[in-house]
Amino acid sequence: MRTYFIELSYLLASVLFILGLKGLSHPESAKRGMHLAEFGMLMAIIGTLMHYEIVTFTWIITGLVLGSLVGLAMGLWVPMTAMPQRTALSHAFGAFAAALVGISEFYRHGGHLETITMAALGFEVMLGALTTTGSLLAFAKLQGLVRGTPFTYKGQNIFNMALLATTVGIFVYLIFVPGSMPLFFTMVGLAFIFGLLLVMPIGAADMPVVMSLLNSYAGLASAATGFVLSNNVLIIAGTLDGFSGFILSILMCRAMNRSMTNVLFGAFGSAAVSTAGAEQTGTMREVSMEDIATQMAYAKQVVFVPGYGMATAQAQHAVRELADTLEKRGVTVKYGIHPVAGRMPGHMNVLLAEANVPYSSLYELEQINPEFPQTDVAVVIGANDVVNPDARDNPGSPIAGMPILEVDHAKSVVVLKRGQGKGFSGLENPLFFKPVTGMLYGDAKETLTRLIRAVQQA
Amino acid sequence: MTAATLISAFYVFALAAFLGYQVISRVPPLLHTPLMSATNAISGISLVGSIVTAGAHYNTVSTILGFTAVFCSTTNVVGGFVITDRMLRMFKRKPAAKQEIKK
Repeated sequence: MRTYFIELSYLLASVLFILGLKGLSHPESAKRGMHLAEFGMLMAIIGTLMHYEIVTFTWIITGLVLGSLVGLAMGLWVPMTAMPQRTALSHAFGAFAAALVGISEFYRHGGHLETITMAALGFEVMLGALTTTGSLLAFAKLQGLVRGTPFTYKGQNIFNMALLATTVGIFVYLIFVPGSMPLFFTMVGLAFIFGLLLVMPIGAADMPVVMSLLNSYAGLASAATGFVLSNNVLIIAGTLDGFSGFILSILMCRAMNRSMTNVLFGAFGSAAVSTAGAEQTGTMREVSMEDIATQMAYAKQVVFVPGYGMATAQAQHAVRELADTLEKRGVTVKYGIHPVAGRMPGHMNVLLAEANVPYSSLYELEQINPEFPQTDVAVVIGANDVVNPDARDNPGSPIAGMPILEVDHAKSVVVLKRGQGKGFSGLENPLFFKPVTGMLYGDAKETLTRLIRAVQQA
Repeated sequence: MTAATLISAFYVFALAAFLGYQVISRVPPLLHTPLMSATNAISGISLVGSIVTAGAHYNTVSTILGFTAVFCSTTNVVGGFVITDRMLRMFKRKPAAKQEIKK
């Protein structure tokens, strides 16, 4: 009877999770969908608490309470600009939990597991371990605790491959000759190290792909846990998470016109690659605040193109205020969002939504590109590579073929930039040298605040 | 694990993968960040495994590992859902009045 109740709660949870994700196909239905998923989770937890193997609730309750407190604190107080870091951290937590359950199962049986269970457990522990350290390093890079630039050395890929081969070798050995504790823990240790090595050569600009991949790994680790424990709801939820991450990483790669291998092993943005760009001549034209303000105030259509710079400057609210000021004057304001702008998929959308920009004003790449020729002023805020015309015009460029926001087709372009330096990829951006482009240097938030005042006076 | 349970587990996996692909490819880029935090919260379902490990008292090591896992997964579940909710509440349609002017 009890088993039926537990299984029923899992079945209900699985259905509600799928309905919850289905709700995410539209912002209007998303909230209700999430409530369904939350209810499903609650049911699954209550069901599990009835499990006949549970003899003491002390540690369960302590863990649940402490975890809820930390989770609630993170959920309520993490600023939207820090969303990539928070997500990286939660990938690490999820993967770590999966790895721990696997280690505990192995330990409990003294390593003597059936072949199939051992295979699933090995997957679970390896994926869990490497995702934990990989995500922690991604977190450190995003938080600025370590430098965001790729870390490379000679023979890196060969070394990584050798390490991975050793880890997998031990895994395969353990499947057929189970029972060796030292070998198992060596495998776990190597997987932890491999996670670090995997993320080390990846630059900050490639983070959207890495985040999605780690998301996928964390999900697959959960699914593998489901195989170990013969638990269907774990398999379903883990697979959904795994596939979601996988689809996102493919979308991100496509948005950069690069293959997964290139992102993972290409160490993009390191010094070796950056010299490949064509030499740029000409000067960047700095323009006055008043000129820009007048242009914008009398424009028909203004398109904002935000990038990671908007997030670092926390400028999303200032952007919205400027947009409001313009809209009051009858200017049509739109936002062009590149899929890889920012540090995780959908990063810019969330920031602008936070600043109360209605989502109907946010346009995807394919929707906004045909609009640029009719746009009077395109305002680039802390974006660089996603508007680099070299991707379209220069086949020799490292980012050749990457779909870009074609702001250079607008009648006038304003680039808000912190300084004269290059972007994260280290590439020259010919957009900055075009006659149509004007540069405004300085902190984006400050520049925008001054622009608002200038527009009001225009 | 018997062959029969393994096969049924693979069935579940394959169907979930197919369904996941269908459902998730319909999520617009607008909601990709909430999607990530939502799937994160959902995969915190590994909590189910951790709870049994923490409460079954197989041995002390397992209990400690289980407890840590319960803590980590709960953080993900609660944090993930709270933050997804917070994000989704920010996504607003254009105020109705303004849309009428546009027309």
